[in-house]
Amino acid sequence: MRAGDRLPPLRIPVTRTLIVAGALASRDFQDVHHDPELARRKGAPDIFMNILTTNGLVGRYVTDHFGPAAVLRKVAIRLGAPNHPGDTMLLTGTVEEVAGDTAVVRVVGANGLGTHVTGTVTVTLPEAGA
Amino acid sequence: MREEQVGDELGARLKEYEGCPAAVAGTGKDPVNAPMIRHWCEALGDTNPAYTGPDAIAPPTMLQTWTMGGLSGHRGRTGAYQELLGLLDAAGCTAVVATDCEQEYLRPLRPGDEVTFDTVIEEVSGRRTTRLGTGYFVTTRTDVRVAGEPVATHRFRILKYAPVPRAPLPRRPRPVVNRDNAGFWRGVAEHRLLIQRCTACGTPRHPWLPGCNACGSPDWDTVEASGEGTVHSYVVLHHPPFPAFDPPYAVGLIELAEGVRMVSNVVGVPYDEVRIGLPVRLEFQRCDEELTVPVFRAVRR
Ligand SMILES: [Zn+2]
Repeated sequence: MRAGDRLPPLRIPVTRTLIVAGALASRDFQDVHHDPELARRKGAPDIFMNILTTNGLVGRYVTDHFGPAAVLRKVAIRLGAPNHPGDTMLLTGTVEEVAGDTAVVRVVGANGLGTHVTGTVTVTLPEAGA
Repeated sequence: MREEQVGDELGARLKEYEGCPAAVAGTGKDPVNAPMIRHWCEALGDTNPAYTGPDAIAPPTMLQTWTMGGLSGHRGRTGAYQELLGLLDAAGCTAVVATDCEQEYLRPLRPGDEVTFDTVIEEVSGRRTTRLGTGYFVTTRTDVRVAGEPVATHRFRILKYAPVPRAPLPRRPRPVVNRDNAGFWRGVAEHRLLIQRCTACGTPRHPWLPGCNACGSPDWDTVEASGEGTVHSYVVLHHPPFPAFDPPYAVGLIELAEGVRMVSNVVGVPYDEVRIGLPVRLEFQRCDEELTVPVFRAVRR
C-alpha cells in the first residue's frame, strides 16, 4: 500500500429500496428519505439518500477493499449532489498518505448529477505495518 | 451558496447558541445489538465478516444510528437546542438536510454496549442561499461514551432551510421526427440504437439520411449498435441555460464501435472529468412519459 494507489471503483445502483432501507436501518425517519410527495414539497425532485447511508457506503467501500482486518479510525464526508432513485453512484478512492500501518484514503462518489460525496477515510491495517 | 449577512438579525441571534449544549447525558434507545447491525449490513450490502459471529463489532460508520431519536423523539435534548430549532422553524426554516459528517472511532462498539452521549452546538452559520432554499448551517459535536469511557466523536452539520416547493421541470425539447429518421426514434423507443447501413457499399451512416454519402445509393438496412464507444470530442455547456437542462453538463461527440459518431450527453462522470478517449457505454434515459433518449455513461477501468 502506497500513496497514490487507486482502489478499484465500486458501482452502487441507487435504488428506491436502497434509499428507504438505508434510512430505516439507520433510524432516520425524515420524510425526504421515503416519501416522494413530501420530498417535492421540500424542494427536492424525489426522495434522496440520507447521509448515514452514504457514510456507511463510504466505509464499506474502504473495508471491502482492505478486508475484514482493516479498522476504520475516521470517516469524514461532505455531501453535494443528492442520490435520487434510478441514479448510479460510482465510488472511487485514492490512498493519499501512509504512515506506518495507517492510511488516509480519499473517496469520491459521483452520480449522474455530479459529485454526491467527497471524503477521507483513515484506516489501520494491522498486518501491513508489522 | 452565497453570504447574505446584511440585516441578518436572526443569524446574530442564532450565533448566541454557539457553545451551548444540545444534549446532556443522552442515552441510546437500544444497546448496540446484532439485529440492528444485521439490518444495516443488509440494507447497505455490507458483507464484512467482522460484523457477524460471536466476536462481531458494529460497523463503525453506523455510529449515529445508536443515538438517533427515531419516531419517538430525542432523549436528553436541551432547552437551548430546542429553542434554536424553534427559532429556525418560526422563521420558516422548517426543512432539514445533513451536509457533513465527521466521525472518529476510538474503539469498536460491540453488541451489549450501552451508549451515552453529550452534544454541543459548535457553530451556527449566517444566512445562506442554497439550491434547496435559504437557511442556516448548524454544526454540532457529539461525544459518545460507553460506561463513561469515550468511544467516538461525531461532528455533524445540517442545513435548516425554508423549502421552495419544486415546480415541475419544463419538458425536454422534442426531437424533430420525419420520414428520414423515424426508424431511428422507433428503435430508441425499443431501447435499440439503430445505425443506417448502405446495402450497396456497406458504409454505415449517422445521422439518418435518405442516401449514401459514399456511393449515392438510396438502399439501406440497419445494424443495432453494440453500445460501446469512446468520446471523440466534447463541449461543456455552462451558458445559456435551457429549460429542462441543468448546466454545467457535458455534450459528447461519441465514436461508436461501429464507426459512426453521434452527439449526446455524457453521464455518470462529473462534467469536468470528461476527456477525449473516455470509454462510454450506451444507455437509454427516460425523460418523461413520451420521450426516451440515448445517452452515454462513462465506463471507468
Ligand atoms: Zn453506399
